[in-house]
Amino acid sequence: MATVTELREVDQKDFAKHGLTKEKLVEMLRKMLIVRKFEEKVEELFLVKGLLIGPSHLYLGQESIAVGAMMALQPNDLTVTTYRGHGHALAKDVPANLCMAELFGKSTGNCKGLGGSMHVAIYPKTGSLYATAIVGSGIPIVAGVGLGLKQKGSKQIAATFFGDGACNTGAFHEGMNLIALWKLPVLLFCENNQYAMSTPVKLAVSSPSISERARSYGMETMVVSGNDVVSVYVAAKTAAERARNQSLPTFLECLTYKMKGHGVYDKGEYRPKEEVAKWLERDPITTFKKRLLNQNVLTAAEIDKVEAETQQEIEESVRFAMTGSPLPFDQIMGYVYAE
Amino acid sequence: MKELTYADALREALREEMIRDPNVILLGEEIGVFNGVYKVTRGLLDEFGPERVRDTPISEAAIAGAAVGLALAGMKPVAEIMYMDFLPICMDQLSTQAAKMRFMSGGQLNVPMVLRTQYSLGRQHGSQHSQFTPAWFLQVPGLKVVLPSDPSDAKGLLKSSIRDPNPVLFVESGLLYRTKGPVPDEEYTVPIGEASVKKKGEDITIVAVSRMVNESLAAAKKLEADGISAEVVDLRSLQPFDLETIAESVKRTARLVIASDDVKRGGIGAEISASVTENCFDYLDAPIMRVACPDTPIPFSPQLEQEYMPNADRVVQAVRGVLGK
Repeated sequence: MATVTELREVDQKDFAKHGLTKEKLVEMLRKMLIVRKFEEKVEELFLVKGLLIGPSHLYLGQESIAVGAMMALQPNDLTVTTYRGHGHALAKDVPANLCMAELFGKSTGNCKGLGGSMHVAIYPKTGSLYATAIVGSGIPIVAGVGLGLKQKGSKQIAATFFGDGACNTGAFHEGMNLIALWKLPVLLFCENNQYAMSTPVKLAVSSPSISERARSYGMETMVVSGNDVVSVYVAAKTAAERARNQSLPTFLECLTYKMKGHGVYDKGEYRPKEEVAKWLERDPITTFKKRLLNQNVLTAAEIDKVEAETQQEIEESVRFAMTGSPLPFDQIMGYVYAE
Repeated sequence: MKELTYADALREALREEMIRDPNVILLGEEIGVFNGVYKVTRGLLDEFGPERVRDTPISEAAIAGAAVGLALAGMKPVAEIMYMDFLPICMDQLSTQAAKMRFMSGGQLNVPMVLRTQYSLGRQHGSQHSQFTPAWFLQVPGLKVVLPSDPSDAKGLLKSSIRDPNPVLFVESGLLYRTKGPVPDEEYTVPIGEASVKKKGEDITIVAVSRMVNESLAAAKKLEADGISAEVVDLRSLQPFDLETIAESVKRTARLVIASDDVKRGGIGAEISASVTENCFDYLDAPIMRVACPDTPIPFSPQLEQEYMPNADRVVQAVRGVLGK
């Protein structure tokens, strides 16, 4: 019988207990800051400078999920993510330069400017295998990836990321069934950010909770504080071990919140002000920094250094993106079919 | 040459490719224990085991999606969707995922998968188990669409489809499964994207697809008796589309009839007709005519279905109309 484990927030008095060395903690902070600064820059490029257009779905407030998850995976594990994928891409080591150039539609982007923001997490070189812009569609795909890895006897595992909205699609249910039925080495990170566009979970999900729905497929399920990077890391580690050693899937419902609206142009004004304020107090980066300081892992100066370095990396990515040019139009035909 | 049924020729292709490449795996509903609804996968479960011949739940979207994922993970999946009418259930995976992955990843991803399906027009399967809709996929760049009309092509084209680095929709004809034809004894493949001139002729070109190739050959025989020499071109694949062979033929005959089992409006014939008009207008001596199905869902009543379906007589009629004879 599958169970739902309510991990919520793990004990963090002792980071070492979770295998978190100073080096790893700094890496966590660095990655979260890269995502945060990338997204803040993207927002500025859209809204202030008018340099970017098209749909762009920010990951602000959810950084700890991608970062905690990716740090628990091996570099060659494969991910299938979504159109809200800047954070997944950066956390899975897609260089910021390539991501930014992709958002600008330049041939120097990882998808040569043919994919754009919603597919920026496609970079198989670092295991960032695929990113879909159709809600729910990644779940059957990750079933296939997991099956392929299992059948080849690979030690690699697969992980997928999707929002609460995906849990109401047919693809979700068909995919969940296959993953549980065939015991596939897959981690399913449901980033429950409380809203599918503007529709709150309570108006969209019939079951008492998303985790309860997952458990009903016979899948081990965890409910995790998605705004706490260490909790996500610890849960993902357990799940990854189960996938790698026993070829069993785990569903991780990560509770979180979008700091902004659905897309870059959405101010999210349909959300109660008190609710927004309550969640903003739990900003995953602010709280993590506070912990690192309080527990004497890092000094304020050391944190400032990471801040400055990551900011510089993002500024550089904009310069890189702006110097590129789009693919010549007569070349796009060459990307339709493989020879 | 040996004689094989269309279904057995397909089965040979699957079997040979599974032996040739351990990454080739089959998945679909009823393909294993039940040996396939049309017995195309007969015996393969016994020979290759349940991991390589994988029975799935009734989950078309997940079958197609899993095939996409398997392909991304380095396998060569051949998924079966029992009826062409079920394709809309997995349309997202086929049209929006598989077909676009290579392009929108800037060439980083390839999706070497085959999705086999069949249409059962003429088998009294009613409106929801009979339709032939390959023309939908003309709007989906990135996908290949293959439709063999005889056992030899069925085998050779399926082998090519499995080896192809792109997603291939492989459309079989339910009515043809039991038909027999010569199949080479030795190893061979048939390239995707090349039409085949099944009968040479001088007076008119008939471009036909899938089951209608056989009907068109029968029509050509009837016309021969009346001194009309018709050339029959089997399109064999809709994407890519061999305009060159069609144009070469039309330039000689100056007349064209297109025969297919889909609804006429917006169908295969419409695309071929438009392409020929754009490229060979000056060579045409008469309007292009299409022989296809009427704009209604498919009726169940066996008598009505017979009236609904195109056949050799209707091809003869169309040819006579074009020639004014």
